[in-house]
Parts: sequence; C-alpha cells; structure tokens
Amino acid sequence: MALFNWFKDKEPRSADVAKERLKVIVAHERSQRNAPDYLPALQQDIMAVIRKYVEIDQDQLQVDLNEEGNYSVLEVNVNLPK
Amino acid sequence: MAKIVVITSGKGGVGKTTSSAAISMGLALRGHKTVVIDFDIGLRNLDIIMNCERRVVFDFVNVIQGDATLNQALIKDKRCDNLHILPASQTRDKEALTKEGVKKILDDLAEQFEYIICDSPAGIEQGAQMALYYADEAVVVTNPEVSSVRDSDRILGILQSKSHRAENGQPPVREHLLVTRFDPTRVARGDMLNIEDIEDILAIPLLGVIPESQSVLNASNKGMPVVLDEKSDAGQAYLDTVARFLGEDKPHRFLEAQRRGFLKRVFGG
Repeated sequence: MALFNWFKDKEPRSADVAKERLKVIVAHERSQRNAPDYLPALQQDIMAVIRKYVEIDQDQLQVDLNEEGNYSVLEVNVNLPK
Repeated sequence: MAKIVVITSGKGGVGKTTSSAAISMGLALRGHKTVVIDFDIGLRNLDIIMNCERRVVFDFVNVIQGDATLNQALIKDKRCDNLHILPASQTRDKEALTKEGVKKILDDLAEQFEYIICDSPAGIEQGAQMALYYADEAVVVTNPEVSSVRDSDRILGILQSKSHRAENGQPPVREHLLVTRFDPTRVARGDMLNIEDIEDILAIPLLGVIPESQSVLNASNKGMPVVLDEKSDAGQAYLDTVARFLGEDKPHRFLEAQRRGFLKRVFGG
C-alpha cells in the first residue's frame, strides 16, 4: 500500500501547519499585550453598531491599535458580506 | 553576587521540575554553590524528583512565616555538597507567598549561594509570578508543540512587563530557550516543529535542546536528576545546557534522527 500512497497528493506537513498557526496567534497576542484595557469593550461596541445594519461574524471585524511615534492609530477593518 | 534563575513555561507538564533538578545539579557538579527552590506551593514535587521527599521537615512557607529558620528548612543533597533544596509547602496555598516574604528569603540565600534556581509552578497566576518576579535570568522550557510555544510567549510577555526588573526600569531579565522532549525522527517526518521554527516564533536565544528520552522517566523513578546518568542522551544534553549557561561554546547535539542500521530494521530493537 505504501507504493500507492506515494502517488497520492501529499497533505501539508502538520509541523508546517503548526508553524503558520502559531505565527498568527502569537503576533496577534503580542499586539494585544500592550493594548489598553478598553479595547475589547470598544470592539464589542463597534460590532454592535455594525450589526444594527448588516449581520457579520466576530472574525470579520478586526480592531488594532498601533503605536506610531507619539500617537496611536486605531485601525478598524470590517469585511462585509456581498 | 548571587544569580537568581527562574525555570518557567506557562504550560504544565513540559519539564520544568525535571529541568530545575537537572540544571541545579549540573551547576553544583561544576562546583557552584546552588540552591533550588520549589515555588509550587500546595503541589510540591521537586522533593520527590530529587529523592529527598522523606527528609522534608520545614518548608518555604514555614520560613516566610517565621516558623522555621532558613537553615532548618534547607535540605542538603546527599550526592553533591554544593546543592541544597528548599521544598514547597504541601498544605498551604499560593497566597502564602508575598513579594516581601520571597525577597527576604532570596536576600538571605544570596549570602550563601552563587545560584538560586526557582522552579516555577505552571500557569500565569500568583505562584508563577512570584517565582519569576526577582529573576535575573529565565529559562523558558518549551515542548515542540503549539500550546506550549504559545504559553511560552505569554510567559515572556510577563517577564517583560511584570518582573521586578521590568517594573523598576532595570536591564531586562535575560531570557533563554530550552526545548525539551524534542524528537528528531518526528521532525524529519514533518510531524513536529523544528528548532528553527520555535526560535523564530519566540525570538529568544536557544540555550539547549533535550531529546525525548526514556532516561528522563527512569531518572525520576529513582529520584535522580538526569544529569547523574552521564551515559544518557538527555543527561548529556542537560550537561551541555549547563556549560552553555556558564558561558561555554558547545554545539547543540541530538538534533538529527539516528539512522537505524539494516540489522535493527530487519530484526527490530
């Protein structure tokens, strides 16, 4: 059977999947680490406002606070369904 | 100046106590006066790994609360005169540790010892925060597995924001990565994160790689720090780790899968 498996399409190696997933979550958690405590509540409120008009999932809204020198930029990304 | 080193990880079961026992014994064997403290209040285990569980009379909390002197609570290792163990309390809870109480004990220990190794409990709560609070250096024990790597990154965040050094604007805690339970065969198959990936994600310097090894369980069964099993791969890897910690330049070993010989493949074993 090993011979037949040889010809099958190879699935991505699980270690590579692990690496990609870790990169994403660790980067996300690091960006939240120094974020102000109100950010999650702010995100919930923005979510509630958008949902008054259009139904979106939790992961279609991204709220990030990025420091740029002596001011911060609040970046809000919303993916709206077609 | 005594050096305070925390062995930490966030996640449980990755080998903090095994590493604490091995590294502290390794430092003692190299001639450094070393004490290893069990910070896992309520779940003491360093004593049984170090084979002194029947010699515990007083513990860390007794000393903090003034019910015993430090020298009454310290247990001298029977195999190496340079090594002492300060056991955790089995009956109290984590709240028994206070910053002031811990500082007093560390200051007293610093007069007698060169290295103070703090074996952290799992988690990121008070016990773990106490263990790392006064650290000068941190060994972050990580398994090549997603939850362990993620938790290690959380602990690094705490070291960088909530340690005494961070809170007082001193030079940061020096961080070291120790990968344990590493299995090169699985890495070669693509089933396990490799060392470069883990270094890349955590972005701290690699101190050592301990291979997955039968000898670790054998050593803990006998209450013997695995560095005393000099023939074992894990014992040698920990001795290398200690040498690197002391500033020696040692190449990493046990990173490649062992090729099984033809006869072994045919007949097994």
